This record gives sequence, C-alpha cells and structure tokens, in this order.
Amino acid sequence: MEVTISTAELLTTDGIPLKQSLRKAERRNKLRAFLLVFPLLLFIFVTFVMPIGDMLLRSVDDSQINSVFPNTFDEYKNWDKGADELPPEEVYKSLFFELANGDKRQIGKALTRMNYAKSGWKSLIKKTTREIKKIVKKGEEPVSYKDTFIKINKLWADPTYWYSFNQMVNDRSSIYYWNAIDRTFDENGDVAMQDEKRRMYMNTWLRTFKVSIYVTIFCLILGFPVAHLLANLPLRYSNLLMIFVLLPFWTSLLVRTTAWIVMLQQNGVINGILVWLGIISDDGRIQMVYNETGTLIAMTQILLPFMILPLYSVMRVIPKSHMRAAQNLGAKPATAFWRVYLPQTIPGISAGGLLVFVLAIGYFITPELVGGKDGKLIGSWIAYHLKTTLNWGLCAALGAILLGIMLIFYWLYNKIVGIDNIKLG
Amino acid sequence: MALPSYATPVQRTYYYFYLFFCAVVFFFLIAPLFAIIPISFSVSPFMVFTEGMLAWPPDPEAWSIRWYRNMIGDCSADVVSSTVPCSTKWMKGTVNSFYIGIIATVIATALGTLAALGLSRPHMPYKGLIMAILISPMIVPLIITAAGMFFFYARISLVYTFTGVILAHVALATPFVVITVTATLVGFDMNMVKAAQSLGAKPMRTFFKVIMPLILPGIISGALFAFITSFDEVVIVMFMASIDQLTIPKQMWAGIRQEISPVILCMATCLVLLSIFLLTTVELLRRRSEKLRGIKAR
Repeated sequence: MEVTISTAELLTTDGIPLKQSLRKAERRNKLRAFLLVFPLLLFIFVTFVMPIGDMLLRSVDDSQINSVFPNTFDEYKNWDKGADELPPEEVYKSLFFELANGDKRQIGKALTRMNYAKSGWKSLIKKTTREIKKIVKKGEEPVSYKDTFIKINKLWADPTYWYSFNQMVNDRSSIYYWNAIDRTFDENGDVAMQDEKRRMYMNTWLRTFKVSIYVTIFCLILGFPVAHLLANLPLRYSNLLMIFVLLPFWTSLLVRTTAWIVMLQQNGVINGILVWLGIISDDGRIQMVYNETGTLIAMTQILLPFMILPLYSVMRVIPKSHMRAAQNLGAKPATAFWRVYLPQTIPGISAGGLLVFVLAIGYFITPELVGGKDGKLIGSWIAYHLKTTLNWGLCAALGAILLGIMLIFYWLYNKIVGIDNIKLG
Repeated sequence: MALPSYATPVQRTYYYFYLFFCAVVFFFLIAPLFAIIPISFSVSPFMVFTEGMLAWPPDPEAWSIRWYRNMIGDCSADVVSSTVPCSTKWMKGTVNSFYIGIIATVIATALGTLAALGLSRPHMPYKGLIMAILISPMIVPLIITAAGMFFFYARISLVYTFTGVILAHVALATPFVVITVTATLVGFDMNMVKAAQSLGAKPMRTFFKVIMPLILPGIISGALFAFITSFDEVVIVMFMASIDQLTIPKQMWAGIRQEISPVILCMATCLVLLSIFLLTTVELLRRRSEKLRGIKAR
C-alpha cells in the first residue's frame, strides 16, 4: 500500500494554518513573559541605569563653564602660542565683557571649575571682576584691554594661567579622565603629567589593586582548607560549621568593621592579649588599625565567605574516590592532591577569586573607617569629591574608570562561571 | 574525613595541622563578632575590656546595662557620661530603618517576584541580557551607585527625601529577590499550572492558589534578603539622606567617625542577634522549600 503524504498545510479547527497559529501562541507567550518582567525592568532602568548613565555623561561634560565664557574660549582657540607669549587683545576684550555682564551665580560656579584646573583662578577673577565693574561704572573704555588686565593684577601676564584654559575650552572633554590618572593638558593641549604636589590618584589606584590582590590571596589561603573541610565532613557537622561562614555573611558590614576596630586598636583585644602574654611590652603596642594593615585584615575577614562559598560548592561534587584512586595507583598524597584534586577545584578558585577581587576594588566603607591615612582605596576619593570638594566631573570620571574595570572582570566571571549562577547562602 | 589507621606520622602531623588551621580560620571569622558583646555591657565609656571585667571573681561593678539604656533614649544621670551625651538618635534611627526597610522590602518583593516568574518562563526573550540588567545593582560597587544616584536624584529633587532613599533601596534589593525566587522556580512543575488552568482557574487564581504556596519559602527568603540589604545599607543613606532620614547604619557611621562610644557596640550586639535570627529563618525556609519541591535534602 502506498502512503500518501498530504502536501496541503495542516489546519487547526478554526481553519488557520497550524504553523501560523503556533507562531501566534508563541508570540503571545513571549509577550506575557515579557510583561511580567517589564515593571521591574522599567523600575531598574529609571532608578539605576539612568543614574549611572547620567554619571557617565557628567564625566565628560564641561558645558557649564563654556556657557559662561563662550567668546573668550572661541578667541582663545585662535591664539598662536608659538608666536605670542600672551593671548591676543581679543581674548582679553571678550573676557572683560563676559566678566562685566555675566550672571554672578553662573560665574561663581565656573570659578570653582577653574580652580580645579589651576588653583588661584578664583581669587584672581574675583579681584579682577571688582575692578572691571568699577571701570564700566565710570563709563571709560580702556585703550588696551590687555594692559588694563595686567594693571589690575600682574598675574594676567603669567601665561601658565592662560594655558590652563586648555583644560576647559571644550564642551565635551576627557580632561577629568586624565586628571583621574594624574595627567593634565599642557600649554599645547597635549597630555602631560600633573604637578608633583597634585599627583595623588595613581598612588591610590595602585594601592587599590595591591590591596585587592593581597586580600584575594589571603582569602584563598584561608578559605581553601576550610572549604575542603566543609565539603568533606558529614553533612550534620558541615551544616553546623557552615554557620561560622554564614553568620558573618549576614551580619551588617558596619558591625564587622566596628568589631575589627575594637579588636585591633592600640588598647584593643589583640594588643591586650599580646601584652598579657608578655609578647610585647605595654608601651610597645602595635598599631594595627587606621593603616593599610587594618584594611587588609578587616577586608580579608569580611570577604572570606565570598571565597569559601563558591569553593565549597565546587569541592562538594568532587568524588572522594578520585584521591583514593590516585593514591592506589602509587601517587604520594601530595602528588595526588596537586595533580588530581587541585585541577578539579580550579572553577571554584577562579569564581571565588574573581568575586573577592571585584568586590575588593570597589570597597569603600571598611577602608574608609579602618584605613586611616594610607589604607584608603579609590572609593574614598569618589566619596570625597562627591561630598566635600563637589568636583563632580572628577568624581564621575573616577567612578566611570572603576566601573569599567569592574565590568571587565565581571565579563571574565561570566565567561568562567556565569552571572546567573550566583547563589546566596 | 577521619584519618585512616595506616597514616604515617608525617600524614598525622599534616592532618592535625590542617584541622588546627581550619579552627583558627573559623575563630578568625567569628571571634570579632562575639568580642563586642561583652564590651557592650561594660561600665566604662571606652570600647575596651576593663580590668574589672577580666578580674576573677567577676566584679559586678564593672558590668552594667547603662549603654543599652542610653541607646533607648534613657537620660538618667547614671547613664550619660562626659563623652557619651544622651541622645534619641538611636531610637529615631531604628524607627526610620524599619520604616524604610519595610516599604522597600514590600515593593522589591512584589516587583522581583513578578520578574522572576517572567524570567522562569521558557518563552522569555533576551533572558541573558535582561537578567544582567536586573542583577546589575548588586554588582556595581555601592559608591558608584551612590554617586550616580546622587547626581540624578538631585536633578529631580529627590535627594534628602524618604522617597529617594526608598527608591534607591528598592533598586539595590530587587536583585536578591529575583535571584532567590528564580532559584526556587527551578524545578517547579509547570504541569501544575496547566492542571489548574485546565480545571478552569483564571491566571490570578492560579497564581495565588497554586504557584504562590509552593514558592512562598523562596519569596520570604528573598524578602528577608531585601530587608537586610536595605537595613544594613549605609553608602546610599550617607549621601542621599538628610538628618531626617537618619537610619541605624548612618548613625553608626557617624558614631564610629566622631564619638567612639560603647552605645555603638550595644546596637552592634542587637544587629548580630538580628542576623542570627534571619540566618536561622532563611535556613529553615530553604529546607522547607526543598521539601515542598521534592528535592532531597543535601
């Protein structure tokens, strides 16, 4: 008997082709799933993604000062620095009128910005503006604006002040990023090192990396044996011991930081015990907090659970028979560990290591409180510029660089472990 | 894990060293948390073990609950000291922390659970990308989030308001809800939903009568994570909250920064107890959830 296969399309009971009907159902399902996610997506977009985007925009934004001195900056760009020592007459003239007629509040904001580029601008311009207003009041028109300026204050004949304009003349500029790594623009607008006394960020960046690497290594050294023990004990005991790992994990960061201050301070618990044991004398108490040591100790303890948990979850599924088999085949315990066990824990080591490292470079609270002068990380500078100096451009640039570094490492983490494999507790 | 009977002396030494090392690490993890508890009962206004506290037999004079009384706003003469003035800030902070925490938790749990339901559907488009965006508030360092939010919320005049702080905390807390509830939904038997619907239940009824009871432990764990995130959060409140939105962490920060006082340790002790309570609850919920979903206990 011959089997005939109908070439006509399969139809549903409503007479619509099956394929089309299925596709429609599929589309409806997709839409439904998406509608469930949509409220949160919108919420996160507005309350989180947009603020971060705003920060990124702010890190390249220099429009405020450009709206205050548009003509001056335009004329400034025409200045041939090779030919003349000082800017041409037009620059002085535009600045004269923009200072005389400008909005006082806007100029005030711009002055703050100018002071970031070169300290001294603020007082210079304030004095000058006062004199200029007097001249305008009298109704005199200066013969030479240049000479008038220099007569008001001889700093106007100092080209280094003028050179600092290079950092501000563009609406969008990368100057904050360069400042964030101790670079600036020189008289030709090329990238150059900052003044010696203004270099402070590279040091902090390097320290941030150094501390993060140390903390990661310490966490690995301390966490590996513990994870191994937890993974190999019978469940009854390991669940109990797990509390030692999870309780610090659940406890407020500030509580743990306070606890470390209590432990490490000069008349704190550890120094007290050492004195009591006679290891150090009463006036030889060790300074362990408010410096880099304090940051290292406290951060290691605080981040240790993030190393132990991924290691534990990897080690738990490594069959115990592997080590036994290796030893059966004549490997010494050390060899068996090195050649058989350790390679299988690599996913755990990389997951825990990356997680600890990434968390460490963005840390702020603990280093700020226990770090003292030389134990602060880059997060402290971000907070300082956000709250104290109000140099928001630099603050945003520092944040953007940090964010970039984090994203690179998270991309790595995602490649190796997968972001959605993050587990809690 | 026990040592085999044929272990060589070298192996024995290694083994005992290994156990000793682990014990030291456990001690390192837990000791600081418990060291602060006795000091919070000290009579001295400094955060140290006094000689009286260490004396044997114990000296009752050295111990007191005066800092706890100070914390709850008691201003009797024997409670305040020259360095520790009386203040009602701790109680105000507690009220605010619970207020902000509870509202943020309710919003975060509702939004997060909905999203987790959507993400767990097999038809979800662009799952990876959406998950990455939803998780991002947990990943980005708080100081960057705080800077971004401060700039942005200042533009729409939400800084120094409860609304601003709550919105920020909801954003920070939702990833925890999404992760926990998504994890609970793994292995959720979708046939039950189909069964309910084929018996005529509307989607709402299906959710509340069938899905919700099964994933409730996950939702509660997520809510607890969300609550503790908001309750412990200090960086955002440092920048976005004024004195009106004073919370416990903000007050603790100020305390550590300016007036190192034992009252901080009293609050810290309370917070340690709170975290023990939350940890126990989450663990019990996890076991219940695994039982409900028919997963064998690990």
